[in-house]
Amino acid sequence: MNAEKQYIELYEQQRELIARRSAPVMNALRDEAFQCFRQAGFPSRKVERYRYTDVDAAFMPDYGLNLSRLQIPVNPYDVFHCDVPNLSTSLYFVVNDQFYAKAQPKAPLPEGVLVMSLCQAAQDFPELVGKYYGTQARARKDAINALNTMLAQDGLFVYVPHGVAVERPIQVVNILRADVDLMVNRRVLIVLEQGAQVKLLFCDHAIDGRKFLTTQVAEVFVGENAHLELYELEETHAQSSRFSNMYVSQQAYSTAVIDSITLQNGLSRNRTDVALCGEYGETTLYGGVIADGQQRVDNNTLIDHRAAHCQSRELYKYVLDDQAVGAFAGRVLVREGAQKSVSQETNANLCASRSARMYSQPMLEIYADDVKCSHGSTVGQLDEAALFYMRQRGIPEDEARLLLKFAFIGQVIDGIPMTSLRDRLHYLVEKRFRGELGKCGGCQNALNCER
Amino acid sequence: MEEKNSFVRQVAEKKYEYGFTTDVQTDIIDKGLSEEVVRLISEKKGEPDWLLQFRLNAFRYWQTLEPPTWGHLDMPEIDYQDISYYADPTKKTAEKGPKDIDPELMKTFDKLGIPLEERLALSGMAVDAVMDSVSVKTTFREKLQEQGIIFCSISEAVREHPDLVRQYLGSVVPYKDNFYAALNSAVFSDGSFVYIPRGVRCPMELSTYFRINARGTGQFERTLIVCDDDAYVSYLEGCTAPMRDENQLHAAIVEIVVMENAEVKYSTVQNWYPGDAEGKGGVLNLVTKRGHLRGANSRLSWTQVETGSAITWKYPSCVLSGEGSQAEFYSVAVTNNFQQADTGTKMIHIGRNTRSTIISKGISAGHSQNSYRGLVRVASTAEGARNYSSCDSLLLGSKCGAHTFPYMDVHNETAVVEHEATTSKISEDQLFYCNQRGISTEDAVGLIVNGYARDVLNKLPMEFAVEAQKLLGVSLEGSVG
Repeated sequence: MNAEKQYIELYEQQRELIARRSAPVMNALRDEAFQCFRQAGFPSRKVERYRYTDVDAAFMPDYGLNLSRLQIPVNPYDVFHCDVPNLSTSLYFVVNDQFYAKAQPKAPLPEGVLVMSLCQAAQDFPELVGKYYGTQARARKDAINALNTMLAQDGLFVYVPHGVAVERPIQVVNILRADVDLMVNRRVLIVLEQGAQVKLLFCDHAIDGRKFLTTQVAEVFVGENAHLELYELEETHAQSSRFSNMYVSQQAYSTAVIDSITLQNGLSRNRTDVALCGEYGETTLYGGVIADGQQRVDNNTLIDHRAAHCQSRELYKYVLDDQAVGAFAGRVLVREGAQKSVSQETNANLCASRSARMYSQPMLEIYADDVKCSHGSTVGQLDEAALFYMRQRGIPEDEARLLLKFAFIGQVIDGIPMTSLRDRLHYLVEKRFRGELGKCGGCQNALNCER
Repeated sequence: MEEKNSFVRQVAEKKYEYGFTTDVQTDIIDKGLSEEVVRLISEKKGEPDWLLQFRLNAFRYWQTLEPPTWGHLDMPEIDYQDISYYADPTKKTAEKGPKDIDPELMKTFDKLGIPLEERLALSGMAVDAVMDSVSVKTTFREKLQEQGIIFCSISEAVREHPDLVRQYLGSVVPYKDNFYAALNSAVFSDGSFVYIPRGVRCPMELSTYFRINARGTGQFERTLIVCDDDAYVSYLEGCTAPMRDENQLHAAIVEIVVMENAEVKYSTVQNWYPGDAEGKGGVLNLVTKRGHLRGANSRLSWTQVETGSAITWKYPSCVLSGEGSQAEFYSVAVTNNFQQADTGTKMIHIGRNTRSTIISKGISAGHSQNSYRGLVRVASTAEGARNYSSCDSLLLGSKCGAHTFPYMDVHNETAVVEHEATTSKISEDQLFYCNQRGISTEDAVGLIVNGYARDVLNKLPMEFAVEAQKLLGVSLEGSVG
């Protein structure tokens, strides 16, 4: 298979156009990324980290690209009414990979905080963006990084300056919208300076029935003493493929909570790499997956303890039905000298049908002796005794099953510090289990939101 | 406690006790590997044509393969042309007459604690002693024969029971299985063959003792155990090698077939020469071991204590196809100095209501790297399959590494698969508790390590358990403090 061929040709032919519609800081890395991509190509399934996802097959079909940056006619408020009750957020939109600048929240952000188009930021603040852009998501490391770096023209930039705490959560809605099958290369850069605090909500939606292929590379920098909460919710459709690489680097005394929930999708491969570079850093990763039909979700995480006294926790839960395929590979690496590291990793999975498949692979790689690391992983089904108990008390079997599944996945949501978001997610998950999500084509009815 | 540790110290001062060489006239073929060499080995052993073809097929297939690199190992490049593939230390005696064993060889095995004279032997244990490429002697053969049990070297089995060997050889580990399995299938020399007939409970422990002696050779043993319906056998394997500053290759295959209601216990105490404190020399232990639980309610348990070898690449596995079959894997792997171990198991659940248990304990010290790698696969046919895995690692020293790479592939919704793993160093509290009660730190570590490995050591037959416990102490000597 040579799915890479079309992308190599595309870049060779459209190099000029891509660069012209982007910013110099982003253009600077394209050629090197192209070389890496041309040399390495897409990883086969023999590559350990891509064991469970057929990258070639996903990139094989012919997708359109919006390289000349045509404005896609959309009024996000018309198609999207989602907000979280009792939680006022600063709402932004990204349509495909374009930041939608026309819709700005009413309440201004604290001074110095930037939420804007990455391309615009790269032009306005080349030094700031240049300092961070492409430093974590190296093209050499991964084919998706290389492809994204060579083709991405825009995306999102979030910057929180020294000591600033953003009280109101920032919500970014990624909307996939097109009249043809579309490939989207979105780039995200998030920088938290020393002592900064921010809560980010990302929601992925697809509002057209077209096929979408998204690559998203996010680089997140969490400075000393900074605090980041990042929630990602994917709610697209069966025609959507998503390859997301997120790189997080944390400095001393920083904390990060990263939560990714997949409710509806076609194929998703989410890679999350967290590097604990400074002492006393803390990381919590949550993941929840509800999949049925032909959905495929592959979460691949790495927590890299580079400094001493850091703590990491990881909890991923999957509920699989029909022919869904779930994969989880979580690697915890404790480097030499990273003494007093504490790490805990849990992956629990429910298979509800014969043809659902689960691959679980929790890994520990430890080169320091004074550590406490553990991992646990289970695959099983609902407890018959608990089902029986509920049916004895007059709860119909279907309802009882639902309740148990709901409680199972609930654990992932319960760890979220924001109460209102937690309630909302519980509500969404329940809807999802009842099959009421996604019935409506868009999401407004399901979400029952008012404008 | 006192006594045990004085023993440990005593032995540790001697370092690797089995590092001597035996001066015996050995027939070694020239170094190198080619079709001619494969033919020569087959000819020397007087093998039938089907076996020669089996070897040649394996050899041709091997030539198309690359060595696997997925292990967490820093493997030196092996020059397969720089190894002699056949060394026969019994040549001199063969000229005198087949019944007499060279007294030098007798002495060697005596020194190793494996007396080959039946009157001296430990009661209740039959031994097949293999040095380099040839089985030197198998004890208690006649006595076992009375019950219909066949216990002999595989070369003899090929001559005397060709149908049995032909039926089962390569049926569990085909030569296409992996690089080292293909190599072994092409050039395998000696090993043991065991056949337990229907309904027989083997009255004594069967054991094979492997010894590498000659320089510049590799050992390619092949063991085949067939346990028929309702039969039982407990099999032990031990191994040592001289101290040399070059790496020696040991690529073995063990195949086990377990029929209905039968039970096999396979225990290994692996003590190949681990190399010196600088990581020079040592045996490369690259082994494929697999059991096939064919019959309903069959049982197989692997118990291994891995203390030796410079590099260990070993995954004793079980294919559970019989309904209600049960498999167990118990392992203690100890690495010190510059040793590397990548070991674990595979449990492939195919039959209904199959169960497996994995208990693995890794201990790493010095500059060593110790990895557990295991696969639990539940096929869609394995209704009601159940697995429990627990892998613990203990770190002694800040330069060593302990890694866990479990894989779980579940294709059946009624299966329950659980895995848990922990990695930590010896608890300060436990050490402090011992110190408070007047136990020195070193003794306390010995105590804690022994307790930590107890779950596994308890599964070993008595004599082996004692030896393993001592070994554990010796392997870790000098790694504390």
